[in-house]
Amino acid sequence: MRMEIRDVITGNDAAAWGARLSRVEVIAAYPITPQTTIVEKLSEWVDKGEFDARFIAVESEHSAMSAIIGASAAGARAFTATSSQGLLYMMEMVSWAAGARTPVVTAIVNRALGPPWNIWTDQTDALMARDAGWIQFWASNNQEVLDSIIQAYRVAEDKHVILPAMVMLGGFVLSHTAMPVVIHDQEKVDEYLPPYDPPHYVLNPKISKPFAYGNILFPWDYAKVRLAIQKAMENAVDVIKKAAKEFHEIFGIWHGDLIKEAYTDGAEIVIMGLGEVAEQAEATVEHLRQNGLKVGVVKVRVTRPFPKREIAKIADNVSHVIVIDRNISFGWGGILAGEVKATLHEYNVDTPVTAKIMGIGGDDILPEHIEKIVKELIK
Amino acid sequence: MDMPAKEMEEHLLLPISLPTKGAGGKTGSWRVFRPVIIEEKCVKCMMCWMYCPEAAIEVKSRKEVPKINYDYCKGCLICMEVCPVKAIKSEREG
Amino acid sequence: MSKTLLDELIEAGEYVLPGTTACPGCGSSLALRYVLKALGKDTILVIPACCASVYQAIYPKVAFNVITYNVAFASAAAVASGVRQALDYKGYEDVNVVVWGGDGGLIDIGAATVSGAAERNENIFVICYDNEAYMNTGIQRSGSTPPGARTTTTPLGKVVGFKKPMAFLMLLHGVPYVATANIAYPTDLYEKVKKGKAVKGFKFIHIFSPCPPGWRFDDSKTIEVARLAVETGYWILWEGRNVEGKIEFKLSPQSKPYLDPSKRKPIEEFLKYQGRFRGFKEESIRRIKEWMNIQWNLVKSMLRLSEEK
Repeated sequence: MRMEIRDVITGNDAAAWGARLSRVEVIAAYPITPQTTIVEKLSEWVDKGEFDARFIAVESEHSAMSAIIGASAAGARAFTATSSQGLLYMMEMVSWAAGARTPVVTAIVNRALGPPWNIWTDQTDALMARDAGWIQFWASNNQEVLDSIIQAYRVAEDKHVILPAMVMLGGFVLSHTAMPVVIHDQEKVDEYLPPYDPPHYVLNPKISKPFAYGNILFPWDYAKVRLAIQKAMENAVDVIKKAAKEFHEIFGIWHGDLIKEAYTDGAEIVIMGLGEVAEQAEATVEHLRQNGLKVGVVKVRVTRPFPKREIAKIADNVSHVIVIDRNISFGWGGILAGEVKATLHEYNVDTPVTAKIMGIGGDDILPEHIEKIVKELIK
Repeated sequence: MDMPAKEMEEHLLLPISLPTKGAGGKTGSWRVFRPVIIEEKCVKCMMCWMYCPEAAIEVKSRKEVPKINYDYCKGCLICMEVCPVKAIKSEREG
Repeated sequence: MSKTLLDELIEAGEYVLPGTTACPGCGSSLALRYVLKALGKDTILVIPACCASVYQAIYPKVAFNVITYNVAFASAAAVASGVRQALDYKGYEDVNVVVWGGDGGLIDIGAATVSGAAERNENIFVICYDNEAYMNTGIQRSGSTPPGARTTTTPLGKVVGFKKPMAFLMLLHGVPYVATANIAYPTDLYEKVKKGKAVKGFKFIHIFSPCPPGWRFDDSKTIEVARLAVETGYWILWEGRNVEGKIEFKLSPQSKPYLDPSKRKPIEEFLKYQGRFRGFKEESIRRIKEWMNIQWNLVKSMLRLSEEK
């Protein structure tokens, strides 16, 4: 690759490019709609000799995550992709990856959970992983998919972090929708993302003296070791900001860091959402602003570590917050709304929050639906 | 890296353990009976060393009588069972 | 035993350090001594939840003097596959990657994972020490528990099911080396591991590993029980290879005599030693003999296949 390519590609192809440009070394692959074309693309490149990586066609998603944990522990940069049922099937190993401190990156193409069977987009799947100890990025357009994978490796492998990261993209709305994307020059990416050099441990007797990882220990030691993950998450806040800033400096593209604000100057109402939901809100708000309504949008780009300070600060300056959740935690409500409400309480911000659950199972979220909510609120 | 980073900063405190003799403590305290090699009878066939599940019998060369490491011997008495010349007897601890 | 082999075994040193938290008389820790002697220091053990994940002792110490990666129950063969691919990518093809686990993790919950790694012919060892139950969690029945055996989940003896013939299943995956072993014959185990080491591709070794507390016999009898298993024909020692589409199958010398049923000691001699079969019903003995027939018939078929040109 000697220079950047401007193309019109799907979100899945963008994810594949993100992994390729990040020079991933080991890929584990298992098919599930709507993620499958990511691993198919990578497989094609590897088989044709265009991309030098190991491709393991595993026999289940649980094994896909297991394989990349092993690969990362042995010092390789590793990648896999999944959705919905596949993510839930590997959930034990997802949690394991955080405790194993293997900074792998996984693309999650959001898809509704069954039964009944549904292949369309819904954010509940990845949100179920929010307690696992992974850094969570939510992409709102295909350029952001590609760029977030590169940034994810940069953040995950940072020696102040060393945690796995997942990058979410909406099933079909991003994964199978073609958009203009700049596929960066490989050398530029190399400048931004150095090779993976594990600072903590590596499974290689030629490099390291013998040790055991993860054998049994007493509760007091467990607490210290596991809370190290929390400390790493706290460190990640600054690392994410720095990674986004440097990305902007090298590539000239800004997707936000933990959040991205749009039209928030002088806003009285702010709409918050994840991924393509925020993008849809932004398109709506652009129109509302033209009609004189003082509405803004906050794209919550990262849900772990949760951008508490950033959200509290914005909420403090507006009279109302609307949170749109394309997900649900049964018996509670929208997950993002819950986290926003808790954040505002923690920071003593008493701005009211209207929680809306929309677009479950891939049902359309149209600008007119969002407009209706805003207009109802204004009354 | 020569050694895994066991003691790094707080965020990288890892569950890494290092190989140690007696990792489970002085397991010799588990014994009820102790095996004792009767040196005069020993033919240095090394069977006791071969079959010790604990690697608690030490052998430097085939010319010497094996030595039981009583710090770690758990007293299973497999060595006594497999000795072809009955050169190992058992004694009650304490 | 030749002089040089014994010297070789002594010189190989010990990678299992004394002071493990294994039960006295444990078959598994004995087997591990020989596996590691055969493989040497350039070895990574990937260990799923099992007795070994506990008997390696407690943080911050460990009783194994090789790199040991403890992983979730079903995941070992997949983690090992990832380790292997990463090491190969980086040019470390001569590092041994070895899954060391029990029958629960490799024959039950990890069966799909092991099968997947075998189908992909990953250049790893999967070595199963078979103590015929979920021993680490306190003796529950597994797919490897023999008919009639008493466990906490088969308190009246295992009535439903046989014993999964995992080694034969592995051989049928077309992999380059499969062997069964037994802790009563440690030099045989050692040589089989060494043979596996010389082969590139997926290697499966199934080790018969009696468990004193689980099978209810005195700690000192572990080797005796293991030996009786072979002498009664219950546990069959063999090696199998898939070479250019052909199965090459060989009975190990210790088991060859027992191809002839009249040479075998009566099965009762093996069963009566073990509390888990105490008060065994005639029905159980019948089912064990039935299962043994199936195994020996499989052996005979494999021998026949081996002879065919």
